Amino acid sequence: MSKKEVDRSKRRFLIAATTAVGGVAAVGAAVPFVMSMLPSERAKAAGAPVEVDISKIEPGMMLNVEWQGKPVWVVNRTKAMLDALSKNDPKLADPKAEIPQQPDYCKNATRSIKPEILVAVGICTHLGCSPTYRPEMAPADLGPDWAGGFFCPCHGSRFDMAARVFSGVPAPTNLVIPKHKYLSDSRLLIGDDSKGA
Amino acid sequence: MNSLTKMVGWIDERFPLTSNWKAHLSEYYAPKNFNFWYFFGSLAMLVLVLQIVTGIFLTMNYKPDTNLAFASVEYIMRDVPWGWLIRYMHSTGASAFFIVVYLHMMRGLMYGSYRKPRELIWIFGMLIYLALMAEAFMGYLLPWGQMSFWGAQVIINLFTAIPYIGPDLSVWIRGDYVIGDATLNRFFAFHVIAVPLVLVGLVAAHIIALHEVGSNNPDGIEIKKNKDPVTHIPLDGIPFHPYYSVKDIVGVVVFLMVFSAVVFFAPDLGGYFLEYNNFVPADPFKTPEHIAPVWYFTPFYAILRAVPPMFGSQFPGVIAMGVAVMILFFVPWLDRGNVKSIRYRGGIYKIALTLFVISFVGLGILGVLPSTPLYTIYAQILSVIYFAFFFLMPWYTKIDKTKPVPERVTG
Repeated sequence: MSKKEVDRSKRRFLIAATTAVGGVAAVGAAVPFVMSMLPSERAKAAGAPVEVDISKIEPGMMLNVEWQGKPVWVVNRTKAMLDALSKNDPKLADPKAEIPQQPDYCKNATRSIKPEILVAVGICTHLGCSPTYRPEMAPADLGPDWAGGFFCPCHGSRFDMAARVFSGVPAPTNLVIPKHKYLSDSRLLIGDDSKGA
Repeated sequence: MNSLTKMVGWIDERFPLTSNWKAHLSEYYAPKNFNFWYFFGSLAMLVLVLQIVTGIFLTMNYKPDTNLAFASVEYIMRDVPWGWLIRYMHSTGASAFFIVVYLHMMRGLMYGSYRKPRELIWIFGMLIYLALMAEAFMGYLLPWGQMSFWGAQVIINLFTAIPYIGPDLSVWIRGDYVIGDATLNRFFAFHVIAVPLVLVGLVAAHIIALHEVGSNNPDGIEIKKNKDPVTHIPLDGIPFHPYYSVKDIVGVVVFLMVFSAVVFFAPDLGGYFLEYNNFVPADPFKTPEHIAPVWYFTPFYAILRAVPPMFGSQFPGVIAMGVAVMILFFVPWLDRGNVKSIRYRGGIYKIALTLFVISFVGLGILGVLPSTPLYTIYAQILSVIYFAFFFLMPWYTKIDKTKPVPERVTG
């Protein structure tokens, strides 16, 4: 077609085809780069379960354990703390723990396997600060109705002694209860709840 | 012909040196009525250069490793010769950048510099602003102090609030399930190379677009409409060089006086440029009593906190914060007024802009303070004003009684 007119529709088709194939190649080439930003194998391995000896936690005391780089609280709740839990129900956003922020075996009044031992991820469900443990009754800064719990200093979210969120605070949901199981009476395994072994 | 002219001639045959010099400096005609507000564009360029130069020298001693980062910054401060000066110039430069850019944007809002035909200049400018926010946010993680860590924790968790993809997205951003070495290392990569490259490219686009259509001015008049019939030079224009290059040097000198005063006498500026909690190494197990972002983010942070969680999700607050920034992109099309400059606008726009400035500054102050129920109500009122400025703009700019615009620029 040396001196004839240019075949425009063919040219358009070729441009479109080249663009499409080139675009697919560009997206394909981007995949490894995007995927390289996902957690590495080493980071995934660091998520292994953590074993904790709970026999030395006095009643009313809290142990801070690192699991997957996050703080996990293990609290030995006193009888008084447990008795006070149900009184909070009307003031809570999700008193029955309907939102699955815990394994099924912890969807109960104390959000725990053993009633006295609370295991919770210490990361506020609002924006990820770590709330402080405030077991005392009615301290000056938290008001006369405070019956012990967790207070997030960042944005003022409040949680009770079962890590349930109060309504009207920035945090939308209860704190997360991680998978866990007891290897014996005093040995707790955080991050694994598989049966057997 | 002397040897210099010969050399320039040699270059001009191979590279458009003289033609570019003319197009962008000696024969770029800028309106002759520029005022105080027109210093901040060139000052922003100055700060960009300062940040790049000081940043390069900081990377020579900084270590992007969670075990070494905090100590390497202290090493720069104490042991590296003049390291303290370079570091304080960089940290002060970050705040200076935002001060200059906010004033530069304010100028645009006052004189309608975003109006046709300058919409793309404004959009490039907004992209620069976004890149700058990313740059500042990622840079703030690098010293690995308490505020670095918890500030990043809060901001990255904002992405978690996005429905469906949020949790996976935040893991992808961090490169780990928590903020750790992977996060620090990639933020370093973005902060020192990826974002600065984008920034420089956007600044070039911003200036190329500006020099294509020509600068606006305090009167909002197109000086290209009144050209000398013979020379075709705008009657109200003067060459950028030497007139404005010399004028800008005065601005640079005054700016550097203030800048040096901060660097030498108050590098943390009472906790606003460098937060005190950031002099404590990052501790993932202990949240500081009060977390606030650095001052230049606080207006948006206050908007985030002002919106209560809805439907068991904090996503609405995140949306509000995002919209508060992104809405600025649409200003060229929201403004329906028939004049550009505030000088010829009616009272409604003047009141609206004043309220907007009050709301922006007010939100900035509230964002620094801890939230109390009373402050939350203030923040909610100011947020409504902030958004009303933009969402009601198509109406109030249209009904506003404007004054006639003169043919030629004034004073």
